[in-house]
Amino acid sequence: MSAQITMTQAINRAIDEAMAEDEGVILLGEDVAAKQGGGVFKISSGLTEKYGEKRIRATPISEQAIVGACVGAALAGFRPIAEIMLMNFVTVAMDQIVNHAAKLRFMSGGQTHVPLVIRTTTGVGVGFGGQHSDMLEAWFAHVAGLKVVTPSNAADAQGLMRAAIACNDPVIFIENILCYGLKSDDPGPGHVVPLGKAAVTREGSDCSIITYGRTVLDALEIAGKLAEEGISVEVIDLRTIAPYDEATVTASVQKTGRAVVLHEAVKQYGTGAEIASRLNEKLFGKLKAPVTRIGGAFSAVPMANALEQAWIPNKDAIADAVRSAVNWKG
Amino acid sequence: MTDMTIDRDKLRDIYTRTMRVARADEKFRSLLMTGKLAVIYYTVRGQELVSAAAMAALEQDDYLVTTYRGQHDQIAKGVPLNPLFAEIAGKVGGTCRGKGGSMHITHPETGVMVTTGVVGSGLPIANGLALASQNRGDGKVTMVCFGDGATNIGAFHEAMNMAQLWKLPVIFLCQNNRYGEHTAFADHTKVDSIVTRAKAYGMTGVHVDGNDAIAMYNTTKAAVDRARAGEGPTLIEAMCYRMMGHFFGSDFSYMPKEHLAEMAAEDPLPRLRQLMLDHQFTEAELDAIVADLDAQMDAAADFAANSPLPGPEEIRKDVFEEEIAA
Repeated sequence: MSAQITMTQAINRAIDEAMAEDEGVILLGEDVAAKQGGGVFKISSGLTEKYGEKRIRATPISEQAIVGACVGAALAGFRPIAEIMLMNFVTVAMDQIVNHAAKLRFMSGGQTHVPLVIRTTTGVGVGFGGQHSDMLEAWFAHVAGLKVVTPSNAADAQGLMRAAIACNDPVIFIENILCYGLKSDDPGPGHVVPLGKAAVTREGSDCSIITYGRTVLDALEIAGKLAEEGISVEVIDLRTIAPYDEATVTASVQKTGRAVVLHEAVKQYGTGAEIASRLNEKLFGKLKAPVTRIGGAFSAVPMANALEQAWIPNKDAIADAVRSAVNWKG
Repeated sequence: MTDMTIDRDKLRDIYTRTMRVARADEKFRSLLMTGKLAVIYYTVRGQELVSAAAMAALEQDDYLVTTYRGQHDQIAKGVPLNPLFAEIAGKVGGTCRGKGGSMHITHPETGVMVTTGVVGSGLPIANGLALASQNRGDGKVTMVCFGDGATNIGAFHEAMNMAQLWKLPVIFLCQNNRYGEHTAFADHTKVDSIVTRAKAYGMTGVHVDGNDAIAMYNTTKAAVDRARAGEGPTLIEAMCYRMMGHFFGSDFSYMPKEHLAEMAAEDPLPRLRQLMLDHQFTEAELDAIVADLDAQMDAAADFAANSPLPGPEEIRKDVFEEEIAA
């Protein structure tokens, strides 16, 4: 068996490698330095010892100031990484992200740019309730000038983080709390996964499940089960939500003729709507069934485990959506 | 005590910067009045000197972050007039190819890194520029300009605290022009002055008459020297007046008569002219400076008028590094 690496180790390694190569790579965030334990989720563990407190800066609880300082440092030619502890707290810094990071390249006519990575984490299923669990990727994908990335496995997390840090535009990098301990085969040092390229994680011929982040695991599990029923499911892991890899997704659905878009975020006005709409525009007349969407319930994420499990996209519902597509009679 | 002496060359420099701002502002207003320009413009009448004296204390490669009412800061910092006029007119020869406009002037060659249209948002960004200088040890100072209205938004407080915590080489220049949009200072803030807030962050704070060229220059210079020496940030509250409405052409009948009278009495332009005469500059010398500037304004207005409009392909450029598909 080859060596394994967790997502936590993978992200740490990617940042470590980038910091070793470029003095301009810095990390700002609450509790991120060694004195505070290397971050709530230990992503920056060991980095202060190597790179010092000028480059690993533990900040006050000031999300606007954290992101703003990273925007400014990026304008001066640095490649800062902002750690925003949880995705819901990103809302406190929306002005800096939406009005500044995303737009300064355009509004300056290309004279300046903002090579910034905003790392954040979230996830339904740990009982954190309504203000610590949301997936808000659609908010950012809606803004011209932002790239939105979310890995589903450790190896991709490492490679996507390297690509995000190297990117000359702002990247929102969404991690999932439940995925930090997941192990992948160790991709080794220097691994890079280009932004904007989806992965065909499992090949199939009857229906495509298009998803990203933690729900890729659900999709793969359901694909395995449906194979026993004779249904061949193709799983597409977008990896980068924006810009959207239209070529890979369209090719998959052209082949299978059927698609289910799955995400943890609430379904209403989510990325699933955009993807379904694009598939309709590209493949109308070639689809064998309507493209359907599966997402979280339209409420705040509840705390009680029973409610949380009822809220989250349900594996049976995913399987049923695929079966309905395959059995669609019009 | 603020040093009240000044070098004659520096005084001439401040006068020239002040009048460059003043003549540009007057030119913009005349272009708007005659219909040659039809854009939103936040006039800087009354704030010419505060900027000129502050920018005269910076080097060209020091960073500046300013706000939508920022033409005085940009011009005083040295942004060339031709592309500035063209940008305000939305032309392709503008600093930002017409994609930013007066509220978003950017000109890195003169250190103008961000002009923001969102009140208070420049302060956290200024910290980041200063942080880069601190890590690099490049000796640059960052100045961020904002009005009294910006001091009640959260970004101000977050940024002030962080700057002092990390002793960043940044200068927070609050140009207290007595109004936040249509709301007078006393109606939006309970403390008597902004500078009292510096104490809350353990920061050095200085209150200065922004219309006093020598005091304004020396105060800024002292803050710049402290920042370059690694002694951390300074909050400067420079008192001045916004002598017209919120944006050009907007009603300002909400300003009481007594305020308008006080404002007229404190007009920085005649006051600076008198200071120059007191320092043995001649009328002829000062008039020659202004005449030369006016010729530059006419040339800039012509440049802007003759610069082409940006084409629709510009919409796909500069969204990302790579051009987006049509």
